[in-house]
Amino acid sequence: MKFYVPPQIPRLALAFGLFITLFLVLRHFLVPDTFGKYGHYRAASLIDNTLPEIHYAGQQACFVCHQDIEDKKAQDVHSDIHCETCHGPGEKHVVNSKVEKILKPTGREFCGSCHALNAAKLKSAIFQIDLYKHNIGKNCIECHNPHQPWEMKK
Amino acid sequence: MSQSTSTMGNEKVVSSRRKFLKTAATIAGATIGYSWLKSSQVLLHAAEPKNESLPWYGIVIDIQKCIGCGNCAKACKNENDVPKEPFFFRTWIEQYTVKNDGSVDIVSPNGGIDGFEQRVPTEDIFKSFFVPKMCNHCSKSPCTQVCPVGATYESPEGVVLIDEKYCIGCRYCVQACPYGCRFIHPVKKVANKCTLCYHRLKKGLAPACMEVCPTGARMYGNLRDKNSEIVKFLKEHTTQVLRPHLNTGSKLYYNALSSEVR
Repeated sequence: MKFYVPPQIPRLALAFGLFITLFLVLRHFLVPDTFGKYGHYRAASLIDNTLPEIHYAGQQACFVCHQDIEDKKAQDVHSDIHCETCHGPGEKHVVNSKVEKILKPTGREFCGSCHALNAAKLKSAIFQIDLYKHNIGKNCIECHNPHQPWEMKK
Repeated sequence: MSQSTSTMGNEKVVSSRRKFLKTAATIAGATIGYSWLKSSQVLLHAAEPKNESLPWYGIVIDIQKCIGCGNCAKACKNENDVPKEPFFFRTWIEQYTVKNDGSVDIVSPNGGIDGFEQRVPTEDIFKSFFVPKMCNHCSKSPCTQVCPVGATYESPEGVVLIDEKYCIGCRYCVQACPYGCRFIHPVKKVANKCTLCYHRLKKGLAPACMEVCPTGARMYGNLRDKNSEIVKFLKEHTTQVLRPHLNTGSKLYYNALSSEVR
């Protein structure tokens, strides 16, 4: 038994075939290499995201040279505070300590960024000082050693 | 004659309508059944991690410990070269002050980088607290779902990342994030957000904000490891995620979160 095939069917089939081929070819060139390896994204992007350079070295890097400060710090209330909290990003200093000097912040405002009175700070969380009353005109580090705050100078 | 034709016509209509209704009911039933099954799966807490050899990161922020010093926001900008203008942040701090009259005062001057000056007199304050904000690294994040090109995704470690080479800067994810954690980088013109310092994690270092937090208010850890510090903390404290009703699968847990926080 012979089926009647309308003449537009082969033409349509050809058109569809061409269209699908074109789509597959384009898709091959447009979809990036590692796309879809782990999910709907470029797997190579995971590596791209590990590439930025670090700026904060982490305090273990500091203690390699500054063992004395580690020992000092361990004896007082600032023991849990990492070096770069106050001294700023230190990776450049770790790599080249001769040229890149570390930040040594001073001033009442700097200490006050943690220790100034504020109703939002729990008393149990931090020791607070009224900067407008406590030894006005004096710099905090004139009396307190920042590494050992309760070992008063003088 | 004309009567019988019309009857036949009616029968045809009736049978095809019945067929149609049957098909429609099957499709609708299957759809509802599938979505019902799917939703019960979705309701599971923080989706099941796939690759068990990798950690599955979660974050805890303890509001009782935060002192609003701004070191985290500052360190984040330094570490990730975030533009210094006061409207680009990967992490920032807000101060909430609930006054005695019940009104709530919310401030975040320059994201809290320069610290906070108490602007409500102490006698008017019912309670006040700081809320550090950052990407929640949701396991069902709306931002990754809306990306039209697959340029943002959740890494196997549960960190939501951006593919900067592939992002077209359409801003869809920026408006999709219910926590306001994304922005368009003014120079690169692509979306930018907290990566939980993915480049540091891979080197075995803590994220910059957690490295510098003086009070240990921020904590990150492996949720998969049932003996990790973070899992222990979550067990011992009553924590809450932001906007739980949105079911984003947030993995940023706040300890002592007040209902005023939005």
